Amino acid sequence: MPVIRAQNRIKTLAKGDMLEVICTDPGAKNDVPTWCRINGHEVISIETQDDEIIIKIAVGGES
Amino acid sequence: MKKQPKAVALISGGLDSMLAVKVLQEQGVHVEGINFYTGFCVEGHTHAIRKHDQKKEKRNNALWVAEQLGIKLHIIDVIEEYKEVLTNPQYGYGANLNPCLDCKSFMVKKAREWMDEHGFDFIFTGEVVGQRPMSQRKETMPIVAKQCGSDERLLRPLCAKLLPETLPEREGWVDREKLLDFNGRSRKPQIALAAQFGFDEYAQPAGGCCFLTDEAYSTKLGDLWKQRGSKNYDLDDIMLLKVGRHIRPHDHFKVIIGREEGENNFMNGYRKQFTHMHATSHHGPLALIDGNVSRDDLTLAAQIVARFSQGRDASSVQIEVTEKGNDTPFTLDVTPLRNDDIPQAWYL
Repeated sequence: MPVIRAQNRIKTLAKGDMLEVICTDPGAKNDVPTWCRINGHEVISIETQDDEIIIKIAVGGES
Repeated sequence: MKKQPKAVALISGGLDSMLAVKVLQEQGVHVEGINFYTGFCVEGHTHAIRKHDQKKEKRNNALWVAEQLGIKLHIIDVIEEYKEVLTNPQYGYGANLNPCLDCKSFMVKKAREWMDEHGFDFIFTGEVVGQRPMSQRKETMPIVAKQCGSDERLLRPLCAKLLPETLPEREGWVDREKLLDFNGRSRKPQIALAAQFGFDEYAQPAGGCCFLTDEAYSTKLGDLWKQRGSKNYDLDDIMLLKVGRHIRPHDHFKVIIGREEGENNFMNGYRKQFTHMHATSHHGPLALIDGNVSRDDLTLAAQIVARFSQGRDASSVQIEVTEKGNDTPFTLDVTPLRNDDIPQAWYL
């Protein structure tokens, strides 16, 4: 689900915008970066704070 | 200059859809993938929940396949729309609660809508005639195509030579002679083609990529519907059916007990939505109580939970109980049920 929500949010953003994904699904640490790579976005950082995973994304090409 | 045809592929993450994409890429077709999230998908997050599965790769195979093939993947949330497919399937269920034929029709129909919205020319899948007992038989494959209004624009590259010609073949967008004639349940042709393409790694999901084909999961879902008196469900319901031991001592409540640390952590995220309990005098799992319970029911649930704690052989185990909507816990001192005291029929 974090991938779907990130994907749908990025559709509303422009190239160069930043998106912060905050989630608890441990699978997101793999899935979100893979989705970003195949769709031309850049993962800036992945941090874990307590139970939360925070992924920062720089929006790239078309989603 | 000839326009490059554009096709959308239904990507499950398995080998067949991976091969189908490669076959069309070899013919110069621009391919993008689509993957539908029903809530029943067996994917990376499920492995990520359970600690004993931690060594398994936690990847989402559909995303992984897309990356290997260099295609975009569009993941579509169909949780709400899928309820009608699952609860009222026109063509019924398979061996478990898997409505495969209706499911495939639904997904191709959704892909058709996506194709029209995005200006693509046709849809394709990795289906193989005779591979699956319900949705991939020669008699049922035309049903899928007709049901979704896409019979002319639905191509199955891996078995196209065994099926009537479609629009992409007639228009010359793809060369029918370079499509394949795979048939039946043997995986040898796919494995040989994978080797030919240089794919040395691919997912081989045992029993498919959907929890609805799993007998134990379907039993729990059937129990949920029976107790509710209707086939209602929401995403939290179906996620919780994926984790824990489900024990139903009475019709009006069941106890969901974490089987290990990963499941306890996952279930912890749901604790405010349920009355929940855990042992404080001994190490033990988190348990969620699903249903409206009396004090006697809570005592029975606590005895069951104590049975799965490290105090199972103790004369008394303290169980901390927090009722839904009340943040102040209280403690029950209970004698753990013996294994023989929990009838097999209580286990879902």
